[in-house]
Amino acid sequence: MEASYERLLEVKDLSVAFRHGQRETLAVDRVSFSIKKGETVALVGESGSGKSVTALSVLKLLPYPAAHHPSGSIRFKNQELLGLSEAEIRRVRGNDITVIFQEPMTSLNPLHTVEKQIGEALLLHQGLTGEAARRRTLELLEQVGIPDPRTRLNSYPHQLSGGQRQRVMIAIALANEPDLLIADEPTTALDVTVQAQILALLKELQTRLGMAMLFITHDLGIVRKLADTVCVMKEGTIVEQGPAERIFKSPQHDYTRALLRAEPKPDPAPMCPHAPVVMETKDLKVWFPIKRGVMRRIIGHIKAVDGVSVAVRQGETLGIVGESGSGKTTLGLAILRLISSDGPIVFLGSNIAGLSFKKMRPFRRHMQIVFQDPYGSLSPRMSVSDIIEEGLWVHHPKMSKQERQQRVVRALGEVGLDPETRARYPHEFSGGQRQRIALARAVVLEPTFIVLDEPTSALDMLIQAQMVDLLRDLQRRCNLTYLFISHDLRVVAALASRLLVMRHGKIMEEGPAAELFKGPKSDYTRALFAAAFNLETSPEGIVAE
Amino acid sequence: MDERTTIDVPETTAQSPMGLAVLPEGHQIAISPLNKRRWQSFKANRRGYAAFWLFLVLFVVSLFAEFIANDKPFYARYDGKSYFPVFVTYPETAFGGEFETAADYRDPYLQKLIAEKGGFMLWPPIRYSHNTQNLDLPTPAPSKPTWLLTEKECKTVVERKGLTSCRDLEYNWLGTDDQGRDVVARLIYGFRISVLFGLALTLISSVIGVAAGAVQGYFGGWTDLLFQRFIEIWTAIPALYLLLIISSVLVPGFFVLLGILLLFSWVSLVGLVRAEFLRGRNFEYIQAARALGVSNRTIMFRHLLPNAMVATMTFLPFIMSSSVSALTSLDFLGFGLPPGSPSLGEMLSQAKANVQAPWLGIAGFLTVATMLSLLIFIGEAVRDAFDPRKTRG
Repeated sequence: MEASYERLLEVKDLSVAFRHGQRETLAVDRVSFSIKKGETVALVGESGSGKSVTALSVLKLLPYPAAHHPSGSIRFKNQELLGLSEAEIRRVRGNDITVIFQEPMTSLNPLHTVEKQIGEALLLHQGLTGEAARRRTLELLEQVGIPDPRTRLNSYPHQLSGGQRQRVMIAIALANEPDLLIADEPTTALDVTVQAQILALLKELQTRLGMAMLFITHDLGIVRKLADTVCVMKEGTIVEQGPAERIFKSPQHDYTRALLRAEPKPDPAPMCPHAPVVMETKDLKVWFPIKRGVMRRIIGHIKAVDGVSVAVRQGETLGIVGESGSGKTTLGLAILRLISSDGPIVFLGSNIAGLSFKKMRPFRRHMQIVFQDPYGSLSPRMSVSDIIEEGLWVHHPKMSKQERQQRVVRALGEVGLDPETRARYPHEFSGGQRQRIALARAVVLEPTFIVLDEPTSALDMLIQAQMVDLLRDLQRRCNLTYLFISHDLRVVAALASRLLVMRHGKIMEEGPAAELFKGPKSDYTRALFAAAFNLETSPEGIVAE
Repeated sequence: MDERTTIDVPETTAQSPMGLAVLPEGHQIAISPLNKRRWQSFKANRRGYAAFWLFLVLFVVSLFAEFIANDKPFYARYDGKSYFPVFVTYPETAFGGEFETAADYRDPYLQKLIAEKGGFMLWPPIRYSHNTQNLDLPTPAPSKPTWLLTEKECKTVVERKGLTSCRDLEYNWLGTDDQGRDVVARLIYGFRISVLFGLALTLISSVIGVAAGAVQGYFGGWTDLLFQRFIEIWTAIPALYLLLIISSVLVPGFFVLLGILLLFSWVSLVGLVRAEFLRGRNFEYIQAARALGVSNRTIMFRHLLPNAMVATMTFLPFIMSSSVSALTSLDFLGFGLPPGSPSLGEMLSQAKANVQAPWLGIAGFLTVATMLSLLIFIGEAVRDAFDPRKTRG
């Protein structure tokens, strides 16, 4: 096909509405943008801003007929896509336009080998089979940087790491040399180090193959690195669009400006080298046995946490960073005695390792936890007030109803929520608000020590910054001690007074956060920082594949 | 808002996975919005919703069976005094009779006594109870529905009672069974006892099953392993044979039968609830509750049970219909409720023995079929109501 068109994709006045029984919600409201050949356009916005819906409607991948388009046109190479039949759009899908999704764990079929999944795309659109298909598959795997592709042909998805899976997804997407690649948050579910690798790969492939890319993300760092043109979306409309450089230098719209300002401000709690130690572990081990055979003999252990000694002092924030699988969450759970572990855990002067559930109860009032997923950590069947009250029932069973309510109201006030909303249920709140409720549940007991297990990573940028401010504010007001677990180094930098870098269950490096960020000693830490702050990849062998 | 949230951008609204914007709902205190939405989708299944109401009406009506089909009037006036024979058993002497035995209000002699003293009686629409024998049958029992009788067939009875036509006789709308008992009355009482039995069996076996599944799923490990093996062995026992043996040893009654059927029916929910608890115990809000120091029992009841209830509720109507058919089949085989009880299974077995009396089979079949179909329809609607794909978002 010769380029008789100026723009590869032209979206004009596109609206998307969803029917919900009687109700109709407008998810996207008259959005227009266009993509030139070889260009990268980024759709940026919070979750719910309609960016994914916009991108998915290009390929008609929405749940029709619940979704429909009240207005608009989508022209691809001068061909209108909106009116195409299902059979016609299938010829475009996977051939001219392909998609990579966010979740590499679920976007590959777990029952098929890598070769079969890539081969399917080749068979459908090019009719390649047998030796020809295998040759092309190998070529593709090499292109996306899978080491030793010949042995990987017969691998199943579960035998690949998250990053490798995403590479296979990209190989499938590239199989038919598309003109446009839609990438729907392709790196959100990955570790920072892997994210940097995938982004570098996408960029390299794009220049080599000359395809255009529609990149959907909420991460401005990625946009800055990757995009030529940026469309900022908010509540279903594009509030600002233009060249990336211009947007980052002189944003016009208030919202864009707010987004750019939303980076969490670094202002960690001071180090308190002389304050009393709140929590201390010595050579803590969490080993999961690997059992084999009929007799379930223990043939080895997965060493999730392998001999970790930490000490957290009153009023400080200890940040624990590392890639997924490094054992940081396991460490947090072990410290709170939520999973069994080996080695002394000293909390406020008493050894709590080995205490029974009942004997642990008096300590629980002083140690609390906030989890990552704001959707999973609140029981959907309890009202906010019930959720926050629960700890009070356990630890102050004789407290009067009135007093309990007062404590709930105060806790909600402390986390910046309207106490009047306490009769509502979690689903009526946004992610950020839910995380505040989870925080209120911890704070209501007036604890001294809180484990924060990635409390911001499921949140949008703007909300993340607010959450960080709130955590800091609470810490100062209530003299709290935090153990902050995160893979997001920008957030850690904003909060942690001391830092602990973990890998494979062991401590790689430890020290005051300010020093560590300036001059990391180990290669691993350096690679981690480069990936997180500059989205740069490191030489092979230092970080995970 | 204070300086913590100076950026005046509202937080996003709640999201479902596909990115549909969900409007925040208004204040709800009484029923949770989730349950409200479930009720909406229950109603949206028209057939199930209609079946639900029809079943409820039939059940409530059958609960008052004594006021619909009974051989005692609910009110009698005799000699200026009021009597309530449905509730109180009066001796015949109370109405001027000769014997101390309980008054038989269908007896023309007693009716004459009451009428002589200027009294009257208010009867239920059907003047037979489930065990009342019609002593004036024109044909040998089982006798046809009265409206099918020819004048020749009922000539003797009509003449004896001094009436003019068959149509003046006291009606047996669906005929009588082989002991001259009214089929309609037996159906009403039989429906009631079936539903009550089904309800009781369903409730008790659910409670046991849910508790067993909960313990297994929550504690896991050896508890789970041993319990699972036990259940596997238990379910391998051929239940029907054992039921037959037990019910021939024990004197079958309502509660004995309930106990026997319970031995095997509690297993049906265990696997389901166990799976829900296994899944649920790793939820973050369960972890959070544990971190709060909430006791195991409270976590199971407050946090995990509601999750398992969805699966349980979905299954209840189906368990109930299988309970009803279990009772009916035992009755049919003659190992069920004691003789004389109004049982649908017994009516079916009579129908089998009396092929010349099709009204027995047709009436019994239609009642059982309707009852079971209604339960299945309700079950389908309940399944819709609890379908997460319909209620979420």
